[in-house]
This record gives sequence, structure tokens and C-alpha cells, in this order.
Amino acid sequence: MALITTTGLSRTFRTKRGPVQAVRGIDLTVREGEILGFLGPNGAGKTTTLRMLTTLLAPTGGSATVAGHDLAADPAGVRRACGYVAQSGGADPQITVREELVTQGRLYRLPRARAAERAEELARDLDLAELLDRPCGALSGGQRRRLDIAMALTHRPRVLFLDEPTTGLDPGSRADLWELVRGLRDEHGTTVFLTTHYLDEADALSDRLVVVDGGVVAAEGTPSALKLRYAGSVDASLQDTFLAITGRTATPADAAPVAV
Amino acid sequence: MLFHDTALVYGRYLRQSLRSRFALLFGVLMPLLYLFFFGPLLTGLPLGGRGSSWQVLVPGLLLQLGLFGASFAGFSIILEKGQGVVERLRVTPVSRLALLLGRVLRDATVFVFQAVLLVLAAVAMGLRAPLPGVLIGFAFVALLTVSLASLSYALAMKLDTPHSFGPAINALTMPSMLLSGLMLPMSLGPAWLDALSHLVPFRYLVDAVRDAYVGSYTSAPMLYGVLVAVAFTALSVTVGTRVFRTAGA
Repeated sequence: MALITTTGLSRTFRTKRGPVQAVRGIDLTVREGEILGFLGPNGAGKTTTLRMLTTLLAPTGGSATVAGHDLAADPAGVRRACGYVAQSGGADPQITVREELVTQGRLYRLPRARAAERAEELARDLDLAELLDRPCGALSGGQRRRLDIAMALTHRPRVLFLDEPTTGLDPGSRADLWELVRGLRDEHGTTVFLTTHYLDEADALSDRLVVVDGGVVAAEGTPSALKLRYAGSVDASLQDTFLAITGRTATPADAAPVAV
Repeated sequence: MLFHDTALVYGRYLRQSLRSRFALLFGVLMPLLYLFFFGPLLTGLPLGGRGSSWQVLVPGLLLQLGLFGASFAGFSIILEKGQGVVERLRVTPVSRLALLLGRVLRDATVFVFQAVLLVLAAVAMGLRAPLPGVLIGFAFVALLTVSLASLSYALAMKLDTPHSFGPAINALTMPSMLLSGLMLPMSLGPAWLDALSHLVPFRYLVDAVRDAYVGSYTSAPMLYGVLVAVAFTALSVTVGTRVFRTAGA
């Protein structure tokens, strides 16, 4: 069953130098329980698409439904169904982990006592229990990321949007985060929609990839199908596949190396 | 839900203010300096009003406190945008209006608290004014703060260039202070300046609070002051609401 469907979803920004088409028309489908890797070069429109799908930014064209709720007609329904972790995170460095988690629960309309319980549960699940009374600003990069995800999971969303979740994390924290994302899908059936610049991450984590370039979908499929189709072999690296799709290099996979 | 969400956002930001007690007291420093070092210069001067020079100066300082303090309220949103806090709150089902009202009510609380400190210091310096008049003065501070903070947050949400926020606010607040007669009554000046100052809404507020401080609660300036303050608040909160409902920030 499709959990997210978009049709011609687009966003044009008006600037002093004229209109900028950040997203020109995205058509995609995300199935329930799937981990979707959303790839593309810088400026391809990944974050803009995510911000539209989470109701933060109104589309200027096209339509989308998230968990059965129409983006334009029922933004409140979309908000109840999705969790979002922005690249920048979203915790106030001055506030304690506990207060942020409780506030988040209250924002999702949990009664006070239930919000406090939920904060404890989330802290336990995301290995933050020891850190509950520390200010968010005192956490390490990996801990901060887990807190951001804990906040996004407060209301047990059906779909979790992660915008470059492992950027800036050390290898150990990245591996932990991969485990966490897989666990969410395996244990709770949460659909995960993530953007990343790390192709090994996309390869290891995603069931399916969507590559955007210039504000449109340039390719989509399982990692191995894309490798076979664009780089000529299922054993090709995702790096070569990505470059072939986005045309960022003129070198075909089988060309002789140019003399240096 | 609006009430629940507003209370929630108000609590979050009030706790934030209480955590930085230094900032809480620091805001009242500039008007206090005026009170201590400018106030005594006026005691022997003919200011044309009724009552003592303190009854003329303190209402102006109260509104100066609100004017300068609340106009810069938007800075906190610029910081929060950078930290991702604004988007994190906006992605939840929380009422968009509550995200504005909670903050604005926190600001009103903080500035009325500072106004109380200022009046207590003024009493020590020699201010004598009727209690109802003093309370009316606090109500005007609250309305002014709510209006200016709403506009400040709206501007900060819209602005893509944070470094232009400070200069923009300064360019608006300085002439507003000079032209509304916060320091000295405009009636002392030439007719053209007095006429010009009637175009600045704060002029009506300060005249009303000066009347309140001498016990004239039913005068024409009081009526105009109330009307202008209420209209300005309604307008500003409407502008702020529109921005907070639609902003892609």
C-alpha cells in the first residue's frame, strides 16, 4: 500500500533575480514499511521536497497525500502522521533533554502525566535515559541526533522523515543510527524517508532509492537495479551509478583512465 | 486547543526568561540610567504639565522600556530558526497562532515586571502618583509590548537576512522615541514638531499615561490613548497571526 504519493509536486521561490524552480515536479510513491533513500546533488530539491511533505512549506504546484491525508486539504492530519528531523536538529541547547521531550509530548496533546511517561519511554528506547537532566547543548553529536529522533517519534508516527541524519556523526554513531532506523521499520513498521549524501549509507539502509536532479526524479529503483541499469553491473559502486544518473562526470564506467 | 497550546508555549518561553535572570534585569538598565542621571535635571524645569517632573518623565520611561525591549523580541526567533526549533515546533499539530501568542504574552509579562521595578526605583527618587494611575500605566506597557513584539516576530520570521534585523529595528525605534515625546512633552516644542509627533502612535500612549499619573482618568488624551493602543494591538496581532499562519519558516 502506498503511504506517500506525490503528483507533479513543485515549488517555485520568488527571488529578486526572478523565480527559482527548486522542485519542478516530483512524482513518487513510497510504500508502507519501506526505507526510501532520497538522493541527489546539492540543490537538487531534496530538502524542499521534505519540507513540503511535512507541511512546513506550501507547494506551488501538484499534490500529495501522506498516510491518506491530502497535503493541501488536511495538513493537520499529515502532521499527526509524520515525524520530521531537520538537518539542523531542533532542540534548544539551554533546555534539558527531559523538558524538551515532555514539551514535545504536550505539543502532541498528551496529558501532562502521559507526556512525562512518554519522555521516559523514549529516553529508554533511544538510550538517552542517563542524559535526561542534561541541557541539550551538552550532548555529543550522536546523542543530539538520537534526541532529535526521539522528539520526532513522540506520537509514534507512521512515517519518519530524516534529512541527512548522519551528517557530522562519527562512524560508530552512524552505525548506531542505521541500527535504529532498521529497528524502527522492523519492530514498528515505521516507513522511513531519508535523504543522505553518503552513498554507502543509502546502499546499506534503503530498500529503494529515488534520485532527484534539477528538481525532478532522475531515476528510481532498488540499489541493485539502478546499478545494473546505469552503471552496467550489479557489482558497480553506487558512487558510479549516482554519477552516471546525475551526469556529474563525463567518464563512462568502462572508459580508459585519462593520463595524469 | 488554542488556550492549551498558548499556555504551553508561554510556559516554555517564560522558563527561558527565568533561566537568564541577568537578561531579565539588564533590560531595565537603560531606563534606570535615564531615571538616575536625566531625571534630576528636570526637577526645576517648567514642563508645562500638572504634577512633578517625575510624573512627566516616568510614563515616558515606561513606554521607552516597552518600545526598545519589545521591538527587539524577534531576535530570539532568528536564533531559534538557526537551531531548527521553529521548524520542529511547526511540524507538530500545535496551533500556529499559539506559537505567536505564547511568546508575546511572555514578553508582556517580562516587560510589566521590569516596569514595576522601574516605578519602584522612581518612587525612591521622588515620584508620587496615584495607584490606579500607576496600574493604568502598566496596562499600557502590556498593550505596547504585545503590539511591538508581534510585529517584531513577524518581521523576524519573514527576514532571510538576520544581520539586517538590528539596523532595521534601530531605524524605526529611534525616530519613534524622539517623535513621540517620551523624554519631554512634545507640547514644549514648536508647532511643526508637535504636529509631526501626532503621526506617531506612541505619542497618544505617553500622553494618556501622563494623564493617568496625575489622576485624570477621563480626559480626552486618555480616550485617544486607549483607542490608539487597542487599535494598534489589534492591527499588530493580526499582522503577526497572518505571518505565523503562512510563513514557510
